[in-house]
Amino acid sequence: MMQDLVVNLVFIGYAVAVLLLFGTVLTWVERKQAAIMSDRIGANRAYVRIPFTQIKLVWWGLFHGLADGLKMMLKEDFRPNAHDRFAYAIAPWVVFTPVLLVFSVIPFGGLLVPAKLAPALSSWFGDRSYPMQIARVDAGLLVVFAFGGLTIVGAMLAGWSSSNKFSLLGALRAGSQMISYELIMGLTVLGLILIYGTVDLTLIAQKQSGVLLGFLPAWGIFLQPFAAILFLTAAIAENKRIPFDLPEAESELIAGYFTEYSAMKMGLFMFAEFIEIAIIAALFTTLFLGGYNLPFMTDEGFALPGGRLVPLPHTAVVVLQLAVFLVKVLIMSSFQILVRWTLPRFRWDQLLRFAWKFMFPLALANLIVTVVVVWALQG
Amino acid sequence: MQTKPYRRKQYWNRPTMSWWERAYLPEIVRGLAITGGVFLKNMGRWVTLRKGALTTYYPEEMRADYARRNRGKHVLTQRPDGRPQCIACNMCATVCPAKVIEIEAAFDPDDPAHPKYPARFEIDYSRCVFCGLCVEACPEDAIRMVKEVPDLPSHDRQHMWLSLDELLTWQPQRDVAKPYPPKGPVSGGGS
Repeated sequence: MMQDLVVNLVFIGYAVAVLLLFGTVLTWVERKQAAIMSDRIGANRAYVRIPFTQIKLVWWGLFHGLADGLKMMLKEDFRPNAHDRFAYAIAPWVVFTPVLLVFSVIPFGGLLVPAKLAPALSSWFGDRSYPMQIARVDAGLLVVFAFGGLTIVGAMLAGWSSSNKFSLLGALRAGSQMISYELIMGLTVLGLILIYGTVDLTLIAQKQSGVLLGFLPAWGIFLQPFAAILFLTAAIAENKRIPFDLPEAESELIAGYFTEYSAMKMGLFMFAEFIEIAIIAALFTTLFLGGYNLPFMTDEGFALPGGRLVPLPHTAVVVLQLAVFLVKVLIMSSFQILVRWTLPRFRWDQLLRFAWKFMFPLALANLIVTVVVVWALQG
Repeated sequence: MQTKPYRRKQYWNRPTMSWWERAYLPEIVRGLAITGGVFLKNMGRWVTLRKGALTTYYPEEMRADYARRNRGKHVLTQRPDGRPQCIACNMCATVCPAKVIEIEAAFDPDDPAHPKYPARFEIDYSRCVFCGLCVEACPEDAIRMVKEVPDLPSHDRQHMWLSLDELLTWQPQRDVAKPYPPKGPVSGGGS
């Protein structure tokens, strides 16, 4: 019992640390990547001076995130006169908390057997083993969608409660947009569920370590390439980022549903957005990019296509899986930032038409083809 | 009153898209490839310790593309012994439209050819309009303008003055009009 508690607390600490770190670092990545993409240098003036010396650590502007956080803490928490106090106060948390909760079902590593890590642990842990994720839920994917759908409540609460026309418009846009794209996300993932026969994210990740057609790793992106593209598009739309940032389009709605928020409450909205980039990347990694495994890798080692088995020690496997997961998430986050700094914003009618007349039929067609193929293969 | 129904304005060159462009996804991928390519190119330059940006760090670096004839800052030319060519005649200060030049003349009994010299020669760059009239007015070719700009970013106007020691730092390797560099202290008289 005690062992489970300790291990789970370690997992929770790891997950929270990773998410907050990603939330902070991605602000920096976004700034720097946007700058480098447009032949600029990017923010590089904030520094930390080592006390009692003149040594200034600039570290390529890495401390700008810290400076931003400090600024948001120290700013006045300005509230409009006619706001709804309760809804206004909880709205940022309603946006922020589900984003963190989604990560609880995403596996960030394979099976951890503490006894194999160090001999000293074996007497206490015995032969217990733990999948490296916070909550091993059978309905993992459903939990993801349940919590993912909650953030929209926060956005609408923020828009309604701040008694501002721009906020209200932003909230309405957020509502219709997120409902449309949530549907497409669900439809694209249905194909995967049909193929893998489960909604358990750990099982989905494990099933992707096989071999496809003799040489390809059995990743979801090779099984369902169409669904992968649609899922990523819909997920970026879920996150309300350019080119789908109409709920907060600054040239039309000032800042959309969080116009009336200032200081750290506004910071929470921004932070939730950046953490959601990492969450989307983690989800995409788990569903389509083989999760925490390198190609052909299982919890025992590598099972290469030729039938060769390369066993690895357990410690190496655990470290490799954690690192691979983080690298994949970082690459996918970087790709989302690339999309954000490449494409222009949709018009509102284009956005909904794109959802209902372009992506929705494609997702349905993809689902139908998958159903037929799965049915034909299973006989 | 009958109003005409609204008709959208038609332009003579209607934008046309081929079916390939209307398929949307290929063009999106092309755009991502362009921006991603720029990113990778610049990133490659950064990780190989070169500069992957067009930016010039402002106070630390000087931009490389100043024209040769750019009037960036003033310099005072020097005699072979290193003293200023200026005879403190105040012509530049008189002609200056912005009245930024301040000269305090002094007497040098050891140099009968040029008994007057500037004890103080200061230019206020917060007001200078860089017109170059001082260079035109100088009878001795003592003041010129060079393409470099003075390193003067500052929080107040008091720190935007250049004085004699900074104006006398011009050390070209050769010059059409004068024997440069100055040949060190020569006693007794000038040219």
